[in-house]
Parts: sequence; structure tokens; C-alpha cells
Amino acid sequence: MSSSPWFAPRVALSTKRTRVLTIVSFLLPLLIWSAVSYVPFLWHPKVVVIDPGDVSYFKVDMLVDREVFKKESSKVEEAEKTLPTGKRANPIYLPAPHEVAKAFVTSFTTEPQRRSEQWLHESLWHSITIIFWGFILSSLVGVPIGVLCGTYAAVSRIHEPFIEFFRYLPAPAFGALAVAILGIYDGPKIAIIFIGTFFQQVLIVSNTTRKLDISLLEAALTLGAKRMQLLFKVVIPGILPDLFRDLRILLGWAWTYLIVAELIGTSSGITWFITQQARYKNFDNVFAAIMMIGIIGLLSDIILAKLGKCIFPWERSANKA
Amino acid sequence: MTRIELPSYLEQSDEVKERFDEIKQREVILEVKDLYKYFTTAKGEITALKNINFKVHRREFVCVIGASGCGKSTLIRILSGLESASTGQMLLDGEPVSGPGPDRGMVFQGYTLFPWLTVKKNVMFGLRSQGMSEANAEGEALQWIDLVGLEKFAESYPDQLSGGMKQRVAIARALANKPRILLMDEPYGALDAQTRSRMQSYLLQIWHNIDITVLFITHDLDEAIYLADRILVLKAHPGEVQEVIEVPVPRPRDPEQFMSPEFLATRKRIDELIHPPSDEDEDDKLNMIRLTRVGDEVEP
Repeated sequence: MSSSPWFAPRVALSTKRTRVLTIVSFLLPLLIWSAVSYVPFLWHPKVVVIDPGDVSYFKVDMLVDREVFKKESSKVEEAEKTLPTGKRANPIYLPAPHEVAKAFVTSFTTEPQRRSEQWLHESLWHSITIIFWGFILSSLVGVPIGVLCGTYAAVSRIHEPFIEFFRYLPAPAFGALAVAILGIYDGPKIAIIFIGTFFQQVLIVSNTTRKLDISLLEAALTLGAKRMQLLFKVVIPGILPDLFRDLRILLGWAWTYLIVAELIGTSSGITWFITQQARYKNFDNVFAAIMMIGIIGLLSDIILAKLGKCIFPWERSANKA
Repeated sequence: MTRIELPSYLEQSDEVKERFDEIKQREVILEVKDLYKYFTTAKGEITALKNINFKVHRREFVCVIGASGCGKSTLIRILSGLESASTGQMLLDGEPVSGPGPDRGMVFQGYTLFPWLTVKKNVMFGLRSQGMSEANAEGEALQWIDLVGLEKFAESYPDQLSGGMKQRVAIARALANKPRILLMDEPYGALDAQTRSRMQSYLLQIWHNIDITVLFITHDLDEAIYLADRILVLKAHPGEVQEVIEVPVPRPRDPEQFMSPEFLATRKRIDELIHPPSDEDEDDKLNMIRLTRVGDEVEP
């Protein structure tokens, strides 16, 4: 086992190695981040003032550039007054891992500053509902059209050329239009997610449908299946596992449209929280919020993957073989 | 080397002759009349099948054999209705048919079981398509699964089965529709030699037990002779029937007959038809310098 090479083209790794590498893939960025945060000579371009000494505009906890600190120190030294003291620090936009970790908890427990504002969990929930509705509405229309496009050449010809053109139009470009039509609240945000997802969805689903082994349809024909039976008893069940995989990938894409969508009209959801916290310079909260999006995305994908294994038992047996 | 003197493949024992006379008395299930198939390609029109005429009688086992590219797959696809003939007619029980239908069961070379259905549901597929109730279809399907000896695997998914088992399910699935004729397109082409010969005797047993007519496509001479009553030998470019051979090997068939004189005589005849000696002897000789003399002392 130990003698098997780490780098062999298209050869699967052992379970142990897979697990180790998965952990390393998360540990590595964390390690780099920690190194930059906790090892002073690596970067730390700023100095945080501990004692301002006789520099008139220095204050305790103030962040100044190292050059400025040095210049002011030498000025004070020349005048033979009290030297300021300080230690090297990173800029405010790069909080240390432990600060972000703390922010993970405090950002949930901190009361909103104004009564009209939302708690973090409310903002997150709002974002999730935007994604949910945008994605569901897109799938309700996109999946049937995609399946029909992949099954019938005529349906494909009447939809796909236009969709092929439309998918190059960036979804955020429709922001202003969406606000004009749908108002300033959730409507236009859902519309952006919809536009961002729908056109890709039709093309991807139709492609997946086309990949269904045609001999399955031929077998069904020789068994006496008729038109609608071919669609509902062969095409749809035949592509379901792949369709499910497609939707998982598309859901990931939908999340990437979230921030732009939430900036349209009145800022809302997790985006509102991020921009608000950035304004207050609470970058630990900003980092925490960005990571929460990642965690929610990853978790939902893992849950969907597990769900897929439950609802498509024949796929599971195929993997085993 | 001594050559064994083989009888003519046309020589039939009284028993075999009697059997053929009796088969010819039976009703005609499938009749193909003046069938042609042209394909249009970039290079122009190709005649894939030319003037095909034959009849298959009830409970007869007919094999179609030919080198690759002779159009045998096109022929069976036309018979199954998946492709249409350019001209000519195909009669099932005397009635012209077109398009695919459950009256002609088909077993394909590739595995075409529905991977999302269990073995039982696969066999039920045709029955359900024709509107049979779930309960009745299930009962019938289980009988057919029993017949191919896979009752233990009724609830398994196709991917859990071996290649041979998959083809047995495919046969059960086609037979469940009670077709007039079973069309088999090189069904054992993808199987290893051992599984293949087991599958051949399975098929003979099934055919022995139920009232089914079989048209079987293959490129394997032994398979064709072992299984068939009659063999249609096709010639390539264009695909034409060269000869219809009545197999003189008596039934019931047994793998031991592979060495019998009448088997070998038939095999020799088909081999001559499919691989005419002229073009090959020249091509097979490699024009190459000898690079070794090891072992030459004992090999004269």
C-alpha cells in the first residue's frame, strides 16, 4: 500500500490518503493565513500604537504605516522627548484567524445597531430564501424545457439558438430593468438569480438528456412503448441521476449571483450584512460572513449528494461494481 | 498431416430430412420479399442490402451469418422496425408490418436493460406499456424470470448482474410480450467464450420449451451451426443472400457435435462462402526477415 505512487494518472487514491488530502486542502490555506497573521516578520506592514509618547496625533490602538511610525519616532528622538512604543501589525482588512473565529459567534449574538436592522441569522435566512425561490422558479421552467429540447430535435431548434445567445448576457445587466418591473424588494433579486441560472440550466439539461443511450429508447420501442411512454418511462427516469447532479452544480452557480442580486434595489440579506460591517470596519465579521456562505453552500451540496444516493439506488450499486 | 474426408454438407440423414420436411409444412411466421436498403453517404449511394428474400417457419431457428459490414445488423434492424427498408416487404403472419412493435421481440448486442429498474420491473416493462395491470404483469414477469433461472435476482438492478445474466434478462423481457418472433442481434458478441457457450445452450433449452421462432444474427460459425435449423449466409457489398444452408446436424444439439463430420462439413462450406480463399492467402503472408533461429533444430 505504502509503495503505491502518489502521482499515477487516473488512479484512485486509498481512502486514507483521500481523507488526509481533504483535510490538508482546508488546512493549507488556514496555515498560510495563520503564518501571515501570527509571524510578525512575514508581512505586518503596519504598527499598532501602544504608547503614543510625545507624538501629538498618535493615539492608543491607532494603526500607522511602519514608515510613518519610524519617521515620527526619529523626529521625537531628535527633539529628545518620550518615544512612542508600538508593535507590528497587519492592516485592518486582514484579521487573524482567531478574531474571525470569535466573530463567527459574536456576529450572531450581537444585537443589530438600529431597530430596523436584522440579526445576522435573519439576514442569512433571507439570502437563502432568495436563492431558493430563484432556483426553484428557474428549475420549474428550465428543467422541463431542457428535457424536451434534449428529447425532440424540433423543440431544441426553436429554443436553443436564442438561449445560446441570451446566456452570454450578464445577469446583473438586467438589474435596473428588474427593479423597474418588479420593484425594489425581493422581486428583482429573485429575477437576477433566475436569469443567471435559467439559460445555463436549459442548455445543460438538454445536453444531459441527449447523452442518454439511444439503444434504451430503441429497446423500449421494440417492447411496444409509445410516444409519451418513451418520454416518461425511459427518458426521464434514465436521466434522473445526471439531472440531479446538474442541479447540484447549478445551485452552486446560483450562489455566485447572490451578492450582485442582493445589491439590486434595497440591499438585503447577507450582502447587506457584509457591506454594513465593512463600513464599520469590522472585517472579522466580513470574513466570517463570507465563510458562512461557503459553509452553507458546501453543506447543502453534501446533503444533496447523500440524498442522491438514497433516491437513486441503482446508481449506488453501479458505483460499487 | 492426414486429411479427414468430410461428407457433403448437403447430405442429410433421414431423421434430419424428415425434420426439415415437417418444418416446411408449418405456417410461415416471417416472410421477407424483395427487400432492398440503400444508404446515402457523402460518397454517393450505397446498397446495403440487395434483393433479400426468405421465409421463417413457426418454431424454426434461423441464423444469419456474414462477415462484418455485410448488412446483417441493418437487416435485423429493419425486421425489428427500428429502420425502414428502401423497397420491399416484410410480412408477419402474412400481414405487412412497419415500425417497431411488441410482436417482434428484440435482444440487442449491447446491454439495453433499463438501469433504473430492477430485473422484475425490466421484464414487466413491455407488459405495462401495453396496459396490463401491475399485479398481472408482475405475476407474468416472475414466470419469465423463473424460466431464465434468475428468480433469486428479481429485485436486483442490472448493474449487479454479470453480462450473461443481463442477456438472460433481456431475453425474458423480450419473451414476456409473447412476440411472434424473437430477433437477436449478436446477443452474445460481448461475452467471453465460456459464458457464451453456456448462453447458447440456455437459449436452445428455452427455445425447446416454448413456442417461439428465432432469427439470430451472428458472425460466429460454430454458434450459427450449433443453434440453427437453417443458416442464411450473407455476402458483403452489397449485402445479398449467398446461400441458405440446411444444417445437417441432428437435434437435440450438444457441444460434442462440434467435432462430428456433418458439423465440420457445414463449417467448411460457410467458411468458404464468407472467406473466399482468393484474396486472403496473399494478404496473410508477412514479408519479413527472420530475426530468430531459436528452436529451429527441432522444428524442421
